[in-house]
Amino acid sequence: MTLLINEKTIVVPGEEIAEGMDYLPAQGTYRQNDKIISAQLGLVNVNGRLIRIIPLTGRYIPKAGDTVIGKVVNISFNGWIIDVGYAYEANLSLKEGTTDFVERNEDLTKYYDFGDIVVVKIINVSRSKFIDLTTKEPGLRKLNGGRIIQVTPSKVPRIIGKQGSMITMVKDATNCRITVGQNGRVWIQGENTDNEIKAVEAIRMIDEKAHIEGLTEEIKKFLGAESDKSQKIGEEDEIN
Amino acid sequence: MKEKIEKRLDGRKQNELREMDAKVGVVKRADGSAMFRIGKTQAIAAVYGPRALHPTFMRDPEKGILRCNYNMISFSTGERVRPGPSRRSKEISLVTENALSPVLDLKEFPNTVIDVFIELIQADAGTRCAGITAAAMALADAGLIMKDLVSAVSVGKVGKNIVVDLDKEEEDFEDGATDIPIAMTPRDGKITLLQMDGEISKEELLKAIELGKEACLKIYELQKKALKEKYI
Repeated sequence: MTLLINEKTIVVPGEEIAEGMDYLPAQGTYRQNDKIISAQLGLVNVNGRLIRIIPLTGRYIPKAGDTVIGKVVNISFNGWIIDVGYAYEANLSLKEGTTDFVERNEDLTKYYDFGDIVVVKIINVSRSKFIDLTTKEPGLRKLNGGRIIQVTPSKVPRIIGKQGSMITMVKDATNCRITVGQNGRVWIQGENTDNEIKAVEAIRMIDEKAHIEGLTEEIKKFLGAESDKSQKIGEEDEIN
Repeated sequence: MKEKIEKRLDGRKQNELREMDAKVGVVKRADGSAMFRIGKTQAIAAVYGPRALHPTFMRDPEKGILRCNYNMISFSTGERVRPGPSRRSKEISLVTENALSPVLDLKEFPNTVIDVFIELIQADAGTRCAGITAAAMALADAGLIMKDLVSAVSVGKVGKNIVVDLDKEEEDFEDGATDIPIAMTPRDGKITLLQMDGEISKEELLKAIELGKEACLKIYELQKKALKEKYI
């Protein structure tokens, strides 16, 4: 009937969130008798009748449809073995990795070599968490150059923002190419190191303050202030 | 009518806990971590996982497993503790696992392991309880699905008194002391660990458990506060 805890407050496992049968338990919550109880550390989110927890921490859990950044760790006879940040490695089959006709015993390193960083999409996760990947979609490719940072996977939606608003802001302000994987790996490539570092700092800031309201403004200020400062220094140089 | 109460060795009330302190996120590289201090006993717990499980024969294709490791650091007590696993530390690792697994839901992570390392950097009785309390916070900090937290405290009988949270001095009381570590889920008051060392009558045991449950709720409040403080 009633919410016992307001939306967007932090709850720990075992806290009562709502009472009565009007609400339904979703991700990170469970029902005991007529109460809905949190089962995870995170923020309470109420969407219509559904109550769920937005987790604040945790490792990446693969799910079908996610675009992730992975690293080639091994090559098998029918494809590549890729580390996507889960306990077990994922499989990119030959069919999903390339459109070319591949001869028997051909050297697969000419497509993806050991240690290559790739943007891939998860097409299937089986019940025992065998992960199948594909590169046959626009935007999925091998990454060359740039740098990769690791952020908390549960905060990726905040880094991307609504319709990509947050990440577009960072891209525009720093002139960097940025790819965010759902597994919390962020690839950044800029024209110079200063721009890259600025983007890294902004993304780290979003990661740290993801649960705070008014973050967009703060990031805007951070990116704006940085560029203002560099402008000012430029002006002073001119005067001198 | 109030029973005659002999004063405790450090002047605490019967149901009074030692001074406590808790902090979450103390181990940077771990997926979840926590420190819990009660009096002079201090435990640090670090959680890693879900990660690949070796040896492979231990893997469970239905759900992930919980693996606890309790360790007293060599300088944690007056007498040096010989490093490495001992009969005692193996037993405590096992009961810790059993105390924590009822609240954990690891169905999402088949074939994996959640590793919990509990290190006691200072020991003054009640170490397994401090370890469990710290580990519960660390598991929550690792973002795992848990029905509830787990809070633990030791109760016992020192001389003729039923008391909570014995320190080393009371545990070694010469006229006989009984030590009963209790762990429980604070929401529904279910007991997940109950051990005993010493002698006690049935009535006194029931009274001790009641006192222990009350004390666990106080510890629970501190656990909750510590977990939320990380994000303020």
